[in-house]
Amino acid sequence: MNMLKIENLHARVEGKEILKGLNLTVNAGEVHAIMGPNGAGKSTLGNVLCGREGYEVTAGTVIYNGIDLLALDPEARAAAGVFLAFQYPVEIPGVNNTYFLRAAFNAQRKARGEKEFDSMQFLKLVREKLKVMQISDELLHRAVNEGFSGGEKKRNEIFQMAVLEPQLAILDETDSGLDIDALKQVAQGVNTLRSPERAFLMITHYQRLLDYVVPDFVHVLADGRIVESGDKSLALKLEEQGYAGIAERRPAGASA
Amino acid sequence: MNQPATLPLVNALLDSPLPSSGIDWLDAARQENREAFAAGGLPDTRLEAWKYTTLRALSQRRFANGDAHAQEREVDASTLVLPGVAGPRLVFVNGRFRADLSAIDTLPDGLTLQPLSQALQGDAEPLRFALSRSASIRHVRDASDAFERINAASANDGVVLRLAANQKITVPVQLVFIGAATESDLAWHVRNVIELGEHAELSLVEQHISSGEPSYLATLVSDIELREGAVLHHTLLQNTAVTASLIRRSNLRLHARSHATLHVLELGGALVRHDLQAELIGDEAQLDTRGVFMPHGRQHIDTQLAIRHQALNTQSSSNWRGVANDRARGVFRGAMVVASGADGSDASLSNKNLLLSPSAEIDTKPELEIYADEVKAAHGATVGQLDERALFYLRSRGIPLADARVLLTTAFCRAVLDDLPNETLREHLSELLIAQLPN
Repeated sequence: MNMLKIENLHARVEGKEILKGLNLTVNAGEVHAIMGPNGAGKSTLGNVLCGREGYEVTAGTVIYNGIDLLALDPEARAAAGVFLAFQYPVEIPGVNNTYFLRAAFNAQRKARGEKEFDSMQFLKLVREKLKVMQISDELLHRAVNEGFSGGEKKRNEIFQMAVLEPQLAILDETDSGLDIDALKQVAQGVNTLRSPERAFLMITHYQRLLDYVVPDFVHVLADGRIVESGDKSLALKLEEQGYAGIAERRPAGASA
Repeated sequence: MNQPATLPLVNALLDSPLPSSGIDWLDAARQENREAFAAGGLPDTRLEAWKYTTLRALSQRRFANGDAHAQEREVDASTLVLPGVAGPRLVFVNGRFRADLSAIDTLPDGLTLQPLSQALQGDAEPLRFALSRSASIRHVRDASDAFERINAASANDGVVLRLAANQKITVPVQLVFIGAATESDLAWHVRNVIELGEHAELSLVEQHISSGEPSYLATLVSDIELREGAVLHHTLLQNTAVTASLIRRSNLRLHARSHATLHVLELGGALVRHDLQAELIGDEAQLDTRGVFMPHGRQHIDTQLAIRHQALNTQSSSNWRGVANDRARGVFRGAMVVASGADGSDASLSNKNLLLSPSAEIDTKPELEIYADEVKAAHGATVGQLDERALFYLRSRGIPLADARVLLTTAFCRAVLDDLPNETLREHLSELLIAQLPN
């Protein structure tokens, strides 16, 4: 069974059609990169998969581990193992980062019928993940993302991912706004989390991130559809040639 | 309310006999205040300070003045217990002192803590200034002080607390005001006089609760005076039944280098009004107020701060949060005056509000008047809703919508309670606050 099967997905934002028949299949263990020009619908795809309000699906299906993902609330999708690393992580003043993460962790466990962690158990888990992610524990004591630098926010997203251990991780332009050192740290975090049970969907505008997190598949998203798919060499080709002219290509697999 | 004498509320209060103390000046003051109340009547919404709080419904009810059976009302003693608070305790039920519920047998050195009813049986002279002044303050036709007048005319019990100079008391003193159910609508009145001597230091926890679902109108007037260098930590928890109406006035006077910190949590009541009038009369006096008001259902909670800087280099900071749900109404007015001569003063005020329902309303009004030089002043007020982006962020991590709302609302409120030094009490207040949120 495929982990994720998206068929003929159409979605609107504020009345405007952004996704126009997108098809994509992702299996456990795979890393897929979604590339494309601005306005192609990359971030819309991530938001639709996570159930953000304001994104209206008008046609198509998304089957995740055999269930209809689109029928679930955002929190239920999270509990089912879907995680979105935000392009712009939200600052939440007054909510301690560790407290928040434990609330999320336990809410997911509760929803799955698993036993919740007490604060000692959770702290132990967090310490382990911190070590692996090479993140300073100072971030834990602060309010969620409040006053974090751009790099700290993105690292915090990856850290949350490490703790929550999703099956399907969607990274929405996680590389944007990062300097090369921060990019390497984020990439290293992602690589650490790669596993045969987990799949990644990396949405990115630039090829840069893919130097550090080598994808199994690269897809070009243009005008609301996947227009070309290939291996990592496709990303290099795009880097050379740019996105110009891509929208005119036939949707990949449209004739299949 | 042009014809005060025709209003049932006013009639009922005027019909009841005045308490007699046997002290000439006090009985005269009571009479004078009653006459002032009869002449001035109740404030209406044409008065700026009552613009958002109408007494129309309240004024149609007849509240019997005073509870003759206050000593016998049953009260569950466990409701008096507050985590983190285990000092001397003075308890009042329907406005009368209850020795059986209080704990004042052993008091720390330098602390005088007794009910007003007892204090008046001894040497009443030290109370004369506080208890005889109210009526003459304003023009008799002005209804602004209506409830202070009712209180001055009718109150015959309350707290008398004095702390001698240089005494520092570490255990918090607890004052509890309970409204207990009676056979009919009841009005009761409490008058508190609190004074901290020079360089004295005290923690005070003031609690307003109900026993059962009583229907009453309570007025409470507190004079709080901090002599030079005195320090007061005052925490106020108002968690009465939603059938209760509570009208409180606090008159705070801060002498040189004294420092008062006030933390307020307003959760209960049908109609709740708190006027805090603070005068910073000595150089470098400091006042910090923090508060949360959280009306839900059809509650109406109105907080009015009036802070006057009258001396050099005085400081005040006020940070208040309002959360209104259902069809509830919150009102906040923060007026700061930096008087001529109060040079070098620093006054700041912030009031942020959250509306959790489309039918809830919060009216907020910061005011600032400056007549001095080299003053630092800042004020701001906002009314908004929970941040949708933050809600989605929490949900995307697996936190259910209802929990996400509670988490964000609690964080919003806690921001102003976080500097409460008594951690156990702070956590308890936080729990009470969460309990009031919709789940």
